[in-house]
Amino acid sequence: MQPLRRTDYDFTTAVADHLQFLYKMKVNLKVWRQKNNNTAGKLVEYGLDNISPDMSFLEMFDVLNGELTRKGEEPVAFDHDCREGICGMCSMYINGRAHGPQTGATTCQLHMRSFSDGDTIVVEPWRARAFPVLKDLMVDRSAFDRVIQSGGYVSVNTGSAPDANEIAIPRSVSDEAMDAAQCIGCGACVAACKNASAMLFVAAKVSHMAVLPQGKAESTLRAERMVAQMDAEGFGACSFTGACSVECPKSISLDHIARMNREYLGAKLTSENMQG
Amino acid sequence: MELKSKIPEGPLAEKWTRHKFGLKLVNPSNKRKYDIIVVGTGLAGASAAASLAELGYNVTALCFQDSPRRAHSIAAQGGINAAKNYQNDGDSVFRLFYDTIKGGDYRSREGNVHRLAEVSVNIIDQCVAQGVPFAREYGGLLANRSFGGAQVSRTFYARGQTGQQLLLGAYSALSRQVANGKVKLLTRTEMLDLVVEDGKTRGIVTRNLITGKIESHSAHAVLLCTGGYGNVFYLSTNAMGSNVTAAWRAHKHGALMANPCFTQIHPTCIPVKGDYQSKLTLMSESLRNDGRVWVPKTKELANQIRKGERKPTDLKEDERDYYLERRYPSFGNLVPRDVASRNAKAVCDEGRGVSKTGLAVYLDFADAINRDGRKTIEAKYGNLFEMYEKIVDNNPYETPMMIYPAVHYTMGGLWVDYNLMTTVPGLYALGEANFSDHGANRLGASALMQGLADGYFVIPYTVGDYLATIGPADKLPVTAPAFREAEQRVTTVIEKMLAIKGTKPVDDFHRELGLIMWDYCGMSRTAEGLTKARGLIKDLKAEFWSNVRITGESEELNQSLEAASRVADFIELGALMIEDALNRDESCGGHFREEYQTPDGEALRDDADFAYVAAWEYQGDNQPEKLNKETLEFENVKLTQRSYK
Ligand SMILES: Cc1cc2nc3c(=O)[nH]c(=O)nc-3n(C[C@H](O)[C@H](O)[C@H](O)COP(=O)(O)OP(=O)(O)OC[C@H]3O[C@@H](n4cnc5c(N)ncnc54)[C@H](O)[C@@H]3O)c2cc1C
Ligand code: SF4
Ligand code: FES
Repeated sequence: MQPLRRTDYDFTTAVADHLQFLYKMKVNLKVWRQKNNNTAGKLVEYGLDNISPDMSFLEMFDVLNGELTRKGEEPVAFDHDCREGICGMCSMYINGRAHGPQTGATTCQLHMRSFSDGDTIVVEPWRARAFPVLKDLMVDRSAFDRVIQSGGYVSVNTGSAPDANEIAIPRSVSDEAMDAAQCIGCGACVAACKNASAMLFVAAKVSHMAVLPQGKAESTLRAERMVAQMDAEGFGACSFTGACSVECPKSISLDHIARMNREYLGAKLTSENMQG
Repeated sequence: MELKSKIPEGPLAEKWTRHKFGLKLVNPSNKRKYDIIVVGTGLAGASAAASLAELGYNVTALCFQDSPRRAHSIAAQGGINAAKNYQNDGDSVFRLFYDTIKGGDYRSREGNVHRLAEVSVNIIDQCVAQGVPFAREYGGLLANRSFGGAQVSRTFYARGQTGQQLLLGAYSALSRQVANGKVKLLTRTEMLDLVVEDGKTRGIVTRNLITGKIESHSAHAVLLCTGGYGNVFYLSTNAMGSNVTAAWRAHKHGALMANPCFTQIHPTCIPVKGDYQSKLTLMSESLRNDGRVWVPKTKELANQIRKGERKPTDLKEDERDYYLERRYPSFGNLVPRDVASRNAKAVCDEGRGVSKTGLAVYLDFADAINRDGRKTIEAKYGNLFEMYEKIVDNNPYETPMMIYPAVHYTMGGLWVDYNLMTTVPGLYALGEANFSDHGANRLGASALMQGLADGYFVIPYTVGDYLATIGPADKLPVTAPAFREAEQRVTTVIEKMLAIKGTKPVDDFHRELGLIMWDYCGMSRTAEGLTKARGLIKDLKAEFWSNVRITGESEELNQSLEAASRVADFIELGALMIEDALNRDESCGGHFREEYQTPDGEALRDDADFAYVAAWEYQGDNQPEKLNKETLEFENVKLTQRSYK
């Protein structure tokens, strides 16, 4: 093991002992390996026996990748960036659940203490037609960007805004908007859905903007366009089973889907808004 | 090199208005004849790209993540400052200006900082119009809180996810322009070189991170909005991918690096747990509004706690040392970040730190919960407490949180003039990537403000001045030899790296670099330590280039290659930071040289000799860099010893 620090504070050895004692978990991983989008993939087994329960799930993957690299094998590719549950980049399907066993958390927020010594852990990428696998555990989620581009904004140019306090917004309304706006765009809802529907993601954005006075004017148009784009990307239909909301790390509520259907999609998708 | 800051003449409050009037304009129908590349889609990049596209320019925006919405700005928690004075508590543009200059320990430019304070009010208007759900009072008006170091309530926030909401606002504006066809978006694309010819910026060379393809992009101007370089320390609160590569490669083409050693160490982060640790998590500084910082009064008590013989809640009041409240009666727990961090280090160095490592202090909410009730505290900090519990497996409602300082932000960055242009004509730097507004220490909630100020309200004016001067024809096609040569340079470096086939994974080098930087160029520095670090980095660089192991090929998705190319640049940057820290024989803000302190241990500035921006000029591989100085002029504030007593 490498020393914690290069200079020697007197606790270094104490800490090292302590850590040595903790690095004792064994896990048996089955990880999806796929070279690229044109080749078939398969589950490959790896054993690790030096895991600390305080490690995050991704740190456990760092350990695996370090070992693979030392052996001259290719490390496992996976998406991650903030490692604190906010960027939406991490995306592992762990033991049959999007983001793993912990509810209300992303993959990067999962710790090894959620598993037991000796566990077998199966790790796969998000599976959805609209999210093609790029390599190993990485998928292409650019479909989400295109859904936002189709209407997930308020049409306001820089410099043309009135004073921020000109419109008072009841706290309950802004709280409701915030609840929806917390979506991190991770795609777990899609991965969790048997139809690979993106309805929760779309409804969260539609709701966030529609409840605020600033976003009201465009709300119907926005909903129609975003749903049309969602369909065009190949996401499936929503059958309202609620799996998405259960696996959503931000606990985005199904109510948003209900509201979107009720209030904004009453009009047919063939309304004049959708022509051209 | 003569550094022309281009700060306009005239009274402080009129400088920006006058300057805007003096800038050349691009005729509306001509704007579509200009191409601008925006590297980075964080707050600075997304706001710039959207605003420039709205004006009619053709914009290409790129980021290395899979979506613009994932830029590191997304992680900012606490809030964004603006001199709205909605609370009627005495805030004003001048006060925000003054606080920022003072907080930065008088190492920033008056003109820039005043402009920042001026446009801060427009930012909030813009964000609300986009649908950013800022916190509100029951009456429906915007809520504010006070934030580290400020004595007025000027911080706007959206729960503990302010950065996320601001970025999603900017991202929505950007997405609208993508839909309008005015922005071409390139995700999973990394800039690896800058193309300069005839003394002007011509474009960039990128690597497609999915296919590995090296590509050229030509433009009239390039904006680097690539964020900070805190990951030079390996462990930091920055996202794993945050890097210095774009800025560093630009540096090698003549863009000066200013005050690279000015790093912010944030006082409230979750302490390091083990050597597998990959990043550190910030606990928002707003926690210091209600939490009280303490350590056991004696080493013996601290020892008992470390061994688990006593619990923190067992310690009686007179066994605790609320050291910030004791040393700084008027600011108490709300002293600026650098002061809070240094004090935490000092008590831990005395052996009074807690947690098994001895590298932690307590942040205690017991009094706040007794005073306001658990419900109130939960409403304010619920998500932060939850996050803490998820990571540490400890309930902060029942036992004090443990915190320790961690690298968080870099005040240094590419040198820019008042127009945000670097020393390479046509190359701009915005947001955390530039050095301009925070001096030697940044105030909480001011980075989001600066990123959005640069992108929404400064660059749309200043870039036009340059474009109008050069004219639309002054652009190179991507087929020009300058692009071929740049592509070749990039390919050669990649091939060289892949050919090493050593034994040590990239991460190991990064970790080692981080330890060197943290130990010798972190919270406190000495000439002796820095000199030693200089040698260590030199050795590390040599070892990297002879023993790094990168698996895979270049023409494919290859994360270890991506990491290696970033770490190579970090090593070189680290060497420069050390030179900068050695050169600055004073203590100021986040730069604390142990040799220069007041009798009671505060940073001792040397205004006579060091009231300047140190701007370093690249001289070639392994050559010492050349120091250029921009003298800082203070006409509106009096330089005083910062005191938070
Ligand atoms: C945990 C945390 C909390 C914070 N909280 C606050 C707060 O409460 N208030 C506050 O004011 N500030 C806060 N800050 C600071 C603030 O978030 C950042 O300074 C700011 O968001 C930086 O924005 P940016 O646009 O300059 O860069 P970033 O958001 O870092 O964006 C950088 C962009 O550049 C791209 N990029 C980088 N290199 C390349 C390359 N070579 N090629 C292509 N693209 C590239 C990235 O993809 C990304 O899109 C916080 C910082 C952290 C770490
Ligand atoms: S709705 Fe939830 S699961 Fe779906 S993208 Fe948003 S945060 Fe992820
Ligand atoms: S890595 Fe950012 S949410 Fe997991």
